[in-house]
Amino acid sequence: MTEQNPPRPWLVTRIYRFYRDGFRQMTVGRTLWKIIFIKLFIMFAVLKFFFFPDFLATQFTTDAQRADYVIEQLTQSAPGSVQPSKEKTHD
Amino acid sequence: MIENLDLGMVNWARAQFALTAMYHWLFVPLTLGISWIIAFFHTIYVRTGSEEWKRLTKFWMKLFGINFAIGVATGIIMEFEFGTNWSNYSWMVGDIFGAPLAIEGIVAFFLEATFFAVMFFGWNRVSKGFHLFATWMVAAGSNLSAVWILVANAWMQYPVGQAFNPDTARFEMQNFFEVAFSPYAVNKFTHATSSSMMLGAFFVISISSWYLLRGRHVLMAKRSIVVAACLGLVASIFTIFNGDESAYEIAQVQPMKLAAFEGLYEGQTNAGLVAFGVINRDKKVYDTQPAFHGFNIHIPGLLSLMANRSFNSFVPGMKDLVYGNAEHDVLGAVQKMELGRKAVASLDAYRQAKKAGDAAAAEVQLAAFDEHKEFLGYGYLNKPEEAVPPVALSFNAFHVMVFLGTLFPLIFIGYLYFSYKGTLERKKWLLGLGTITYILGMIASQAGWIVAEVGRQPWSIQGLLPVTIARTNLTSGTVQTTFFLFLVLFTLLLIAEISIMVKQINIGPEEN
Repeated sequence: MTEQNPPRPWLVTRIYRFYRDGFRQMTVGRTLWKIIFIKLFIMFAVLKFFFFPDFLATQFTTDAQRADYVIEQLTQSAPGSVQPSKEKTHD
Repeated sequence: MIENLDLGMVNWARAQFALTAMYHWLFVPLTLGISWIIAFFHTIYVRTGSEEWKRLTKFWMKLFGINFAIGVATGIIMEFEFGTNWSNYSWMVGDIFGAPLAIEGIVAFFLEATFFAVMFFGWNRVSKGFHLFATWMVAAGSNLSAVWILVANAWMQYPVGQAFNPDTARFEMQNFFEVAFSPYAVNKFTHATSSSMMLGAFFVISISSWYLLRGRHVLMAKRSIVVAACLGLVASIFTIFNGDESAYEIAQVQPMKLAAFEGLYEGQTNAGLVAFGVINRDKKVYDTQPAFHGFNIHIPGLLSLMANRSFNSFVPGMKDLVYGNAEHDVLGAVQKMELGRKAVASLDAYRQAKKAGDAAAAEVQLAAFDEHKEFLGYGYLNKPEEAVPPVALSFNAFHVMVFLGTLFPLIFIGYLYFSYKGTLERKKWLLGLGTITYILGMIASQAGWIVAEVGRQPWSIQGLLPVTIARTNLTSGTVQTTFFLFLVLFTLLLIAEISIMVKQINIGPEEN
């Protein structure tokens, strides 16, 4: 009587087990994953949400309005005539 | 230093961007560089089947993983800053940067995410060949993902392959290949990746030297040093050559930047490269103070050779580039500002004509704008002297980078020579120096970015958009708050990285 090998699991099952076992065997990796999640939470849920609104996206509703605003910034910001300086201008 | 900052929004936003970029760059070059070195270690293990090489590979892989995990996503903060602090810029370059950054996202995600897990989890669970392939793919994926952000940065320094659309206020891509393969982009990529490989080699050498000084893990340390020093030597020589090529490119497209690197106020034929000099921080482009304090050494003709590939060529100085030099056909910022003002005025007139429904007048103004649009950015300068970047910082950063970059191949040669002679363990002075080479490499790497980014001021996009127009019209209060928030966050991440890394280095490679 010959012994039969068990059937090979499906590819998806093997990939799942590969990742599952890999994550289970992590040592330093567990700490690193915690740091990554805390970091991403601070970045997206705190910094992005409270401190970094997309200025043009929040101030205007259409791309045409955004384009108008930027064009206005470009055309209204130029100073007057060119005067070479004889004084302190920058550090 | 903070007290000396202009507290205007633009300067706070610049300081914040510099802070985040420099912290981000603490992690990135090590990831880029050491990934290749690990691929070589892994290859040696697969070819020899030696358990010692396997242990060695796993050890360096673990340190690579720590650096990758702490550094991952730190660059995303810069994207937040674009939308909030630099909204005009962000809007204007969206069409150019959209494609490269999307490609970066896809390449980074699929290559790194797929093969990263195989590289770390694959020991004894996938075939040796596939495992090795995954390690090489992680190295290739990391470096390929850096291509696109460097292409984007190179475009800001040398904006080719684009056309400005006055209706949408956007720079639109006309030729993807011109953007992706501009000589500036190619040089930037090769310089950044080869210098990162050098940094990765120093990381291995620093830790291995520390082990040798303590008599721990001696065989692993010596083997690691030989491989790292070989790769580091090749990378350091390559970095010198592509650094020279970068300088040539800068001389062609950003001559003001090159003049600031060298503290060159008056243009010269047979211009010398500064080998030693203390730059006069108080000198202005319009005054007659000396450029250097006391003693300085110039190597005759070398700057001309670097800038134009000819010893006797003329290299324009900052004065020439600000006020013009008719004799050498150098157009100054003074003249460019007049042309820039015309471009801005035409753009405004075009906009008014479009609003009024006057198609004929709009067409005339558009033609006038097209005639002067290459000088658009100069139209926003208040004074021609504003075209000069901070000279002292550019000069010092450039010379620190060049000095260290010249020293590095000698260190690699020293390590290889004494390894070959079999006396490396007895050379305590070299091992002592070796332990700090990673810090020296990081200083050179950070100095390189200061050179690139401070040297291009006042421009966000060279000649087309100054930082003062690229910014969002906000007050500085919010930017100051987030500046310090980032300072705390990144410092905590750095402390976490160093403490986890030091702990693992103390533990050393697994014995079994």
